[in-house]
Amino acid sequence: MAWVTQTLSSSLGRKVIMSLTGLFLCSFLIVHMAGNLQLFKGDGGRAFNEYTYFMTHNPLIMTVSYLLYTSILVHALMAFILTRHNQASRPVKYAYSKPEANSPWSSRNMGILGTILLLFIIIHMRTFWYEMHFGAVPMAEYDGKQYKDLYAVVKVAFGELWYVTLYVICMVAIGFHLAHGFQSGFQTIGVRHKKYTPVIEFVGKVFFAVLIPAAFAAMPIYVYLQVHHII
Amino acid sequence: MKITLKVWRQKNTNTEGKLVDYQLDNVSEDMSFLEMFDVLNDSLTRKGEDPVTFDHDCREGICGTCSMYINGRPHGPQTGATTCQLHMRSFNDGDTIVVEPWRARAFPVIKDLMVDRLAFDRIIQAGGYVSVNTGSAPDANEILIPRSIADEAMDAAACIGCGACVAACKNASAMLFVSAKVSQLAILPQGQAEHRERAERMVAQMDAEGFGACSFTGACSVECPKSISLDHIARMNREYLGAKLASDNVQG
Repeated sequence: MAWVTQTLSSSLGRKVIMSLTGLFLCSFLIVHMAGNLQLFKGDGGRAFNEYTYFMTHNPLIMTVSYLLYTSILVHALMAFILTRHNQASRPVKYAYSKPEANSPWSSRNMGILGTILLLFIIIHMRTFWYEMHFGAVPMAEYDGKQYKDLYAVVKVAFGELWYVTLYVICMVAIGFHLAHGFQSGFQTIGVRHKKYTPVIEFVGKVFFAVLIPAAFAAMPIYVYLQVHHII
Repeated sequence: MKITLKVWRQKNTNTEGKLVDYQLDNVSEDMSFLEMFDVLNDSLTRKGEDPVTFDHDCREGICGTCSMYINGRPHGPQTGATTCQLHMRSFNDGDTIVVEPWRARAFPVIKDLMVDRLAFDRIIQAGGYVSVNTGSAPDANEILIPRSIADEAMDAAACIGCGACVAACKNASAMLFVSAKVSQLAILPQGQAEHRERAERMVAQMDAEGFGACSFTGACSVECPKSISLDHIARMNREYLGAKLASDNVQG
């Protein structure tokens, strides 16, 4: 098995781990966004609460969720290892450098963007995931069945202007992170082709960099406006 | 033209270097960048000072010897050109130009602007070759190769090993260089026999030399004097991962 550890600890192998975990996290974003669209239903949170019940009780979803937590940790840890290695590869910096002449900003700052996103995930999971699993969430009753009323937690959190602002800023960060990350992930695993690369780039730049972050950012804004009776 | 130069001066690998200012008053805009340095060195020599050490050889953009990180970019502001192909007409009268050596752990500074690029040679020695029988030359068209394949191999083979890709990369990664050297052989029939060992060994040597990993910023390809495409990096990744999965080398 020496070849496996040797491959995964090579510079290319480490990037493949980044790519595979990153692309898996991209696929999670689609599911997460689609599910949370229930927030827009305007039914006092019933659809959302039923959805969260399903997500916390379905055995398949629960298994995948552990894969998800692992992916986040591995992606962040590997990024840290790679960044240290890459910084060590240039011990003496240039006195004067003009990288903006040859590469996009987001591609050079994936580590900073990723750090913002990691902090966001910690705050986000503390507010919702931790409350759902370990906190004192009020109960709601639909058709005689008891549900944890996570929608109430959502209303409290997204009723705060600073919290909504934080979310919107972090969604901009995820947009920049994925503008580079999605297409770069395919390159790393060798998927580059005249037919498919333009499609991958389009999906990365339009869907993952703009539409998904915009949909996520719309959620706290919508709930804030509703809580404060602006709409 | 009047030019102010800020040139990196460093006595040897083990000493600290610093930027030193030089004033040149009679620079012709038709001079190449290296000729401008010849003028500087001539005046330094006449004054009894140590001339600036820099690499140069063919001075026609094909040997890959000249380097220099000029105003924040490898080989200066032009794209698709080496430093010897850069002319002073690319600058304005009164400009200040900062000139530094390539910066990478794998490219230690020997003196001033000259760096040690033997790491590239060792990567080639690790697998960037095709083993052939010696003897009489084979017929030119014995192995038929479609024109498009031959062109693609030639585009990769255009790499002159100058190291601009490493210099431009924020990670000092040698991926573009190594991938060009893997690609030029991997896509030709002559390169098939050793294609797995080649990818494994060259990547292992690249890592051993202390180059960084690839972030796909694309800076390498933009700054490459031969405009080598990122396609080759993706191909090398395929070659390497395929080799790791399929080669007989269990020990890694």
